[in-house]
Amino acid sequence: MAKPKSTKTPKPDELSKIDYRPPEKQWMEVPVEFKPGTYCYGARPKYLEEVGFPNPREWQPYEDDWKLPDNWKDIVLEGIDDRLKKYRSFRLFMDICVRCGACADKCHFYIGSGDPKNMPVLRAELMRSVYRKYFTASGKLLGKKAGARELTMDVFKEWWYYFYQCTECRRCSVFCPYGIDTAEITIMAREIINLLGCNTDWIAGPVANCYHKGNHLGLEPHTIQSNIEMMCDDIEEITGIRIEPTFNRKGAEILFVTPSGDLFGIPGVYTCMGYLMLFHELGLDYTWSTYASEGGNFGFFTSNEMAKRLHYKIYAEAKRLGVKWILGGECGHMWRLIHQYLDTWWGPADFLEVPKSPITGTVFEHAKSTKMVHVVEFTADLIRHGKIKLDPSRNDHLRVTFHDSCNTSRGMGIFEEPRYVLKHVVNHFYEMPENTIREKTFCCGSGSGLNASENMELRMRGGFPRANAVKYVNEKYGVNMLANICAIDRAALTTLMQYWVPEVEVCGVHELVGNALVMTGEKERTMDLRLEDLPGKEEEEEDV
Amino acid sequence: MGALFSFGVVIALVIIALVGVKGAHLQALFGVVIPYAAVVTFFIGLIYRVVKWGKSPVPFHIPTTCGQQKSLPWIKHNKLESPATGKEVFLRMVLEVLLFRSLFRNLKMQRSGDRVVYGSAKWLWLAGIVFHYSFLIVLIRHLRLFTNPVPSFVSLIESVDGFLQIGVPNLMMTGVVLLAAVTYLFLRRIYIPQVRYISLPADYFPLFLIMAIAATGILMRYFIRVDIVKVKELTTGLARLSPTVPDGIGSIFYIHIFLVSTLFAYFPFSKLVHLGGIFLSPTRNLANNSRMVRHVNPWNYDVKVHTYEEYEEEFRDKMISVGIPVEKNPPAEENKTEEASEESEGKE
Amino acid sequence: MYDGGKIITGIIIFLLFATFPFYYNIGKANVKPDPKLDTPVIKQLAEKKCVESKEYMRANHMQILDDWRNMALREAKRTYRNAEGKLFEISLQNTCMKCHSNKNKFCDECHKYANVKPYCWDCHFVKEGGAAK
Repeated sequence: MAKPKSTKTPKPDELSKIDYRPPEKQWMEVPVEFKPGTYCYGARPKYLEEVGFPNPREWQPYEDDWKLPDNWKDIVLEGIDDRLKKYRSFRLFMDICVRCGACADKCHFYIGSGDPKNMPVLRAELMRSVYRKYFTASGKLLGKKAGARELTMDVFKEWWYYFYQCTECRRCSVFCPYGIDTAEITIMAREIINLLGCNTDWIAGPVANCYHKGNHLGLEPHTIQSNIEMMCDDIEEITGIRIEPTFNRKGAEILFVTPSGDLFGIPGVYTCMGYLMLFHELGLDYTWSTYASEGGNFGFFTSNEMAKRLHYKIYAEAKRLGVKWILGGECGHMWRLIHQYLDTWWGPADFLEVPKSPITGTVFEHAKSTKMVHVVEFTADLIRHGKIKLDPSRNDHLRVTFHDSCNTSRGMGIFEEPRYVLKHVVNHFYEMPENTIREKTFCCGSGSGLNASENMELRMRGGFPRANAVKYVNEKYGVNMLANICAIDRAALTTLMQYWVPEVEVCGVHELVGNALVMTGEKERTMDLRLEDLPGKEEEEEDV
Repeated sequence: MGALFSFGVVIALVIIALVGVKGAHLQALFGVVIPYAAVVTFFIGLIYRVVKWGKSPVPFHIPTTCGQQKSLPWIKHNKLESPATGKEVFLRMVLEVLLFRSLFRNLKMQRSGDRVVYGSAKWLWLAGIVFHYSFLIVLIRHLRLFTNPVPSFVSLIESVDGFLQIGVPNLMMTGVVLLAAVTYLFLRRIYIPQVRYISLPADYFPLFLIMAIAATGILMRYFIRVDIVKVKELTTGLARLSPTVPDGIGSIFYIHIFLVSTLFAYFPFSKLVHLGGIFLSPTRNLANNSRMVRHVNPWNYDVKVHTYEEYEEEFRDKMISVGIPVEKNPPAEENKTEEASEESEGKE
Repeated sequence: MYDGGKIITGIIIFLLFATFPFYYNIGKANVKPDPKLDTPVIKQLAEKKCVESKEYMRANHMQILDDWRNMALREAKRTYRNAEGKLFEISLQNTCMKCHSNKNKFCDECHKYANVKPYCWDCHFVKEGGAAK
């Protein structure tokens, strides 16, 4: 295969014509076809070398020769064996699926592509078929009749193709009668694939950056500071108030950690401005860290070990700075990991105190072990206690809906807090259809490290169900703003909306908080955080 | 096709039993040896499978949260979908195991012009519930053949199951319902293209097997009758571990018990182990309390990390140049540190 | 986390339920049915034969009784011709129970054993003598 010519993503009306009929041939007989626009580039060796990943080399998935070591099969089979022994989820989910098909049409990639191997059950069968062949008696004896197949290079490539078409969103696991979670299988599959160095560049790059520089974007300490100072400049222009946040300050009460996407790029920075304004208004004793400058963790999209290595910095920095507890920004997979993994990896965090809001006195009992509070939980508590003054009419030009991010929904269960905050900072809030929100929410189509540009068609297909629901509320209620609490969402949904529903923009919840927040000593606001004129306020400005 | 292959295997099983009993007169083999072997395989196999799952730890706390977490006291916590305590997990599991809660959520994706809509889809849930419960009742009813005297709960279930009083002996509804449900499950496998595409011989085989078991059972009770007293002598003999093989039991009985034995023996090596697996599913049986209680990973090992010291070593100059505090060799000028601390005090 | 204790408890509970038939019978006498054919009427019979063969009756008597009921009550047919061509009056009381006057020792023996509760006696009256012995 030659390098595919730069592919153009088909137009929306073309893309939305989807054929759901499975092929005639049995799925094992259908060879994998690498369709340009649906996969990411191979990782450059320097990224793998930086973190000590195996088999660094120049490599591309569209090439015939993947330059794997001669004993690649043994490495894969040992990798499977090792993980079967370490993860009950993996062994169990290999064994108990009855192929009832309840998960089939739950996957956004299946809905958007019609490719049967994107049905969660079949995605898992790609792995199960090999598991049966080498790890079960029936598979060894009966072979194909038992649904078993040999591990070949084609099978391995098929894995690569389809396990990088799963965003680990867990929607299928909500509907599975046994709770089989394809995310778990994808996580295992990617770990195994990565044993041969077949990472994607879009994931390996941020991992290497984050490991050395503290964040995915590779922002160095002075850049972080200057980025935030630029935001403070904008805040000053909007409110007349100068905010001077601190960095790596020892003795602060709270360490604030957010995904680096909030520090760079639109619309993430607006969310970040929201945090800055809120914390300033509260007089919060907090600090940023340039070392623990990443809440997200692309390591999780390579291996649990790498994820653990990257997430080391948060507690380490909290300990070094001597803070009492940690506040976390709006991010999806960051919160899956903080909620479900961090304490296991690096706890117990006995050098921290049970988080207590210095403003309301609320003790966050539900975070008493991890000692990390979600900023939306923190803000909801402030609003509940009437500790901040809000003018939701400043968001009156917006008709807002809320996208539940996969990770915070199905790996944490934070549904009401963001809605509570939103309902206090905007006057026009509309829910998307019931079966597309909360635990049944649809992925943005770009999670788990798939938010590259070379796989744009895949992303637009994967995001189709989400976009479709947004389009519905756009047409029905005139919704023009899609709020969320995830940095990847803020980036990915923006592209998705431009493609499917161009009338709708994307923002973080705290951008809307920043808009509505009435700050002490601020000037009459004529602009929102995007430095766009607030409708109806421009004239007043001229009057003054 | 997988279905044909599995159907052929079940037919072959029927013929084996028929020939074995009618032709070779191996009543003792089919009535005693094979059933014992099957039951032993079932118990040992199933326990082996569960223990094998149990030997792999649950390293991370990964419940799938399907409702509001327990957080601030004034936010209504969804105790069943996002349980925070052991008791709540227990209730969630009761709903999953006894009522197939997750499957009840099932939706059907449909395209309506440009729109994607998600309609209710409860048929699979209904067929699943009906199938499992009628199978359970049929199993319990069969205790009348393995116990003497028959316990009253068996009689009670029998009288409820047969309350329609159709035919003689009384028609047991669950037998027919079981056959209907298993037929539905088979038909949907054939008729829904996606489900047919994912189906393996191992999916059709248990369906055909159970169909054949139900059919031979119904035949034996209502059409090709056997002497029930002799059957019970054989079956209680099995339960009492003092097997006898009375003469003159019809071949249909041996076919039935051979198919049942096959099901028992096949059970631990197949997807049917979901019976045990569902209890161990870490996305369902863990409380959503991982920020409250630390989950311990037994194989948590040390990993190579990039420490702050290494980080500062690399960026110290840049940090100093913009006034970010550093640990080692901070700028000698005292004014600068003072400035920094003043700044931070100013914040408070 | 292994939760070994919980898994073992689960296995034990499962075994307690699933092996019920194996331990339930322990210590209980395995009383086998012993239907008696020693009524005075049977004793006097020259040829001890029921309406159909013994084997057929053992498996299918309920079918004959059901058919008889339907013939007698719904079709007003009172004569039954058996496989050998012999004629019998269709009547539980006058035909069956004439010989098998010992319901207790004949019908109930097996019905109790196999846990069968025929509803013949919902309508039919058991004669004192028949019921007693």
